[in-house]
Amino acid sequence: MPVAATNDFTEPAVAPVASSTSLRQIASHPLTLRFVSFGLLLVAWEYAGRIPISVAFPTFLETMRGLLDMAGDGSLLKAFLITLKPLIAGLMISIALGVGLGLLMGLSRFSEWLLGPIFIIAQAAPLAALIPVLTFAYGIGLTAKIMTVCIMAMPVIVMNTLSAVRNTPVSLVEMGRAFLGTRSQIITRIILPAASPMIFAGLRLGAAAAFIGIVLAELLITPTGIGDLISYHQSVADYPKMYASIFSIIVFSVLFIECLERVETVLFRPEKHAS
Amino acid sequence: MTMFGYRLPMMTSLILWAVLWELVGHTEAGFILPPLSKIVMRMGEILPTPSFAEALLITGRSFLTGVGIAVLAGVPIGILMGRSIIADRLLLPWVNLFLSAPLSALVPVIMVLFGLGEATIILTVTLFAIWIIVLNARVGVRSISPSLVEMAQSFGASRWQAFSKVYVWAALPEILAGVRLGVIRAVKGVVIGQLLVSVVGFGTLFEIYSSHFLMEHFWALLLVLFAFAFALNEGMAWLERKVQYYAASRA
Amino acid sequence: MIASLANVAPHPGTAAQGSAIVSVRNIKKTYPGGVEALSGITLDFPEGQLTTLLGPSGCGKTTLLKIIAGLLPATSGEVLVGGRTVTGPGPERSFVFQDFALMPWASVLRNVAFGLELRGVRKSEREAIAVGHIAKVGLKGFEYKYPHELSGGMRQRVGLARALAVDSAVIMMDEPFSAVDEQTRRKFQEDLLGLIANEKKTFLFVTHSIEEAVYVSDRIVLLSRRPSRVSTIIEPKLDRSGDPEGIRRDPAYLDAVEGIWQSLKKYLD
Repeated sequence: MPVAATNDFTEPAVAPVASSTSLRQIASHPLTLRFVSFGLLLVAWEYAGRIPISVAFPTFLETMRGLLDMAGDGSLLKAFLITLKPLIAGLMISIALGVGLGLLMGLSRFSEWLLGPIFIIAQAAPLAALIPVLTFAYGIGLTAKIMTVCIMAMPVIVMNTLSAVRNTPVSLVEMGRAFLGTRSQIITRIILPAASPMIFAGLRLGAAAAFIGIVLAELLITPTGIGDLISYHQSVADYPKMYASIFSIIVFSVLFIECLERVETVLFRPEKHAS
Repeated sequence: MTMFGYRLPMMTSLILWAVLWELVGHTEAGFILPPLSKIVMRMGEILPTPSFAEALLITGRSFLTGVGIAVLAGVPIGILMGRSIIADRLLLPWVNLFLSAPLSALVPVIMVLFGLGEATIILTVTLFAIWIIVLNARVGVRSISPSLVEMAQSFGASRWQAFSKVYVWAALPEILAGVRLGVIRAVKGVVIGQLLVSVVGFGTLFEIYSSHFLMEHFWALLLVLFAFAFALNEGMAWLERKVQYYAASRA
Repeated sequence: MIASLANVAPHPGTAAQGSAIVSVRNIKKTYPGGVEALSGITLDFPEGQLTTLLGPSGCGKTTLLKIIAGLLPATSGEVLVGGRTVTGPGPERSFVFQDFALMPWASVLRNVAFGLELRGVRKSEREAIAVGHIAKVGLKGFEYKYPHELSGGMRQRVGLARALAVDSAVIMMDEPFSAVDEQTRRKFQEDLLGLIANEKKTFLFVTHSIEEAVYVSDRIVLLSRRPSRVSTIIEPKLDRSGDPEGIRRDPAYLDAVEGIWQSLKKYLD
């Protein structure tokens, strides 16, 4: 319905004639404009690189050549394998611990009182500033990088799980009690299923934050994996390869999150529909 | 949380955590995590120093400029996307992409293009803040009740009247929510930018404190930053609550 | 159908039989998806009367009202108001919305004066007018309240006052009481009768409640199920001079309700 509102807004809203122009018909095909949109940006990138707006701004084609080079000599794959290790480990820990803590806080007032403020502050605060401390505490190895991913990803997972539990419709819980469900039955059969779409949405946000964290860790703590590719090529002024490394990690993260989104719609479409 | 019949306010548990911090600080872990009392004392020591004032000034300036750009550009783009299907289809994929992309990877690009200065920090702040502002302004325009639009039409509102007297106000709750989320992201952006650039504002202090292993100084700076971020968030949330009755009337 | 077209279309000035202020000429409406909502409606709305469009849910009565208001374009046919073809909203018509359509950021006073504000009437002048209409709908003392501080019934009174404030000849009400609870609705219906008696205006009313239609209307237009046509026109002759509560016990009221129910019944299932 809101769509109707915006349509009225753009049209003069007079003249009782059907107003379907050919432009609108093209626009109504989402894929055409999506391609146009991507095409426009790539052309703009190529053009800006050819002016060039800066010596440190390679064209799109140069960047793609750099990407192919790195893919060809295996350095890209190697870097990704290195980067993925702390990323996946950190994300797994964040999910297990984050969902667990979120559920605990959602089900017990005491743990919400105890832990809530920590995570409220953690969600608003720039936790990236803790990275130097983590480096001191855990050295420059894998542990510090996993911890970086955790502090970035966990708060949003915890807070989403908490509000997912809190948002369980009261009438559903009352229904469970009216039919004499035990507390554990109500939790496992009503609250958890009702909360899972939102918990999953939190995981998606957590994954996005984890990518920010791992890139930051690899740039700040010690250059490894993709972070190493970026900083090495930056230091030798091989800008096409530097841009290609950044391009590859962004594309990878977008695809990763897109996959999570697909899983989410497949798993939770009915609930999404109802809400 | 109630205790002995009294309702304990949410934030009171922080007192418990502060005590715990103090105790841990006096163990061996105090090497990394100094006692809170010492950190607070150190805070009182560094806050009046000119180097802190200068860092604060530079950070505040680039933060405000970056957020300003994000709001001034983001809100009109969002409104445009809410109004025009074509603009929406062209821009939405990019907004969604940058909303969840690891923006920290783009900071090196800004660094090589704009140098190791304030401009890089400002652009990092804008880059972090703008997408959520755009998205929320778009949602705000789209969720205007159709009957409110018809009401303006039925009284013969001109386009400009409808825009300035109805649409902007009707979308205000979502726009404000977007600005609040954008500001939170901007705080993270300004810190990440300064960590990576490390010669501007607090970045310099981070660098000095951590390379000289001045943990008390470092934690003092962190506490100031976190408190500032929290206060900013609460202030924005308060502003948002002031227009919350809007949303109630949407149901 | 063709006869009715030939009958009226070329004479916009005559505006049809007697004193019809709004004339609907062979209006058809097909929605983009191919759903046919209205299939050739021809109707006259006499000046100074309250005419109700009544029909089963989804029969297109609101669509017809919004076409008359100029908020929706018709697929074909035309609407004449005071002899002129409708091309969009106009100052001689005002609208009361089902969901009130009040601006939550504006006080009652500003909401009521909004139509005048859009016409560029000076602030002091439009507020003086608005205050009068706020009192007329029984909301004196609520001028500086905001919509969220009012009950549903009071909000719709604000909507009505806003429509009255622009002093248009025709007031259109789209299921104005459907979002209001039963007790409030009854009181509001009684007050509405008083307002109609005092204002020399034409009211177009849409409802799905048979009782409400009979209670407030001079004329009731029964619409058939989609695609909608005019099925019958009923003119309940009720004596509205006495106690408004008495009408509900009037045998003529009860007979009219029963008669309409019998003719609408066939559209169910």
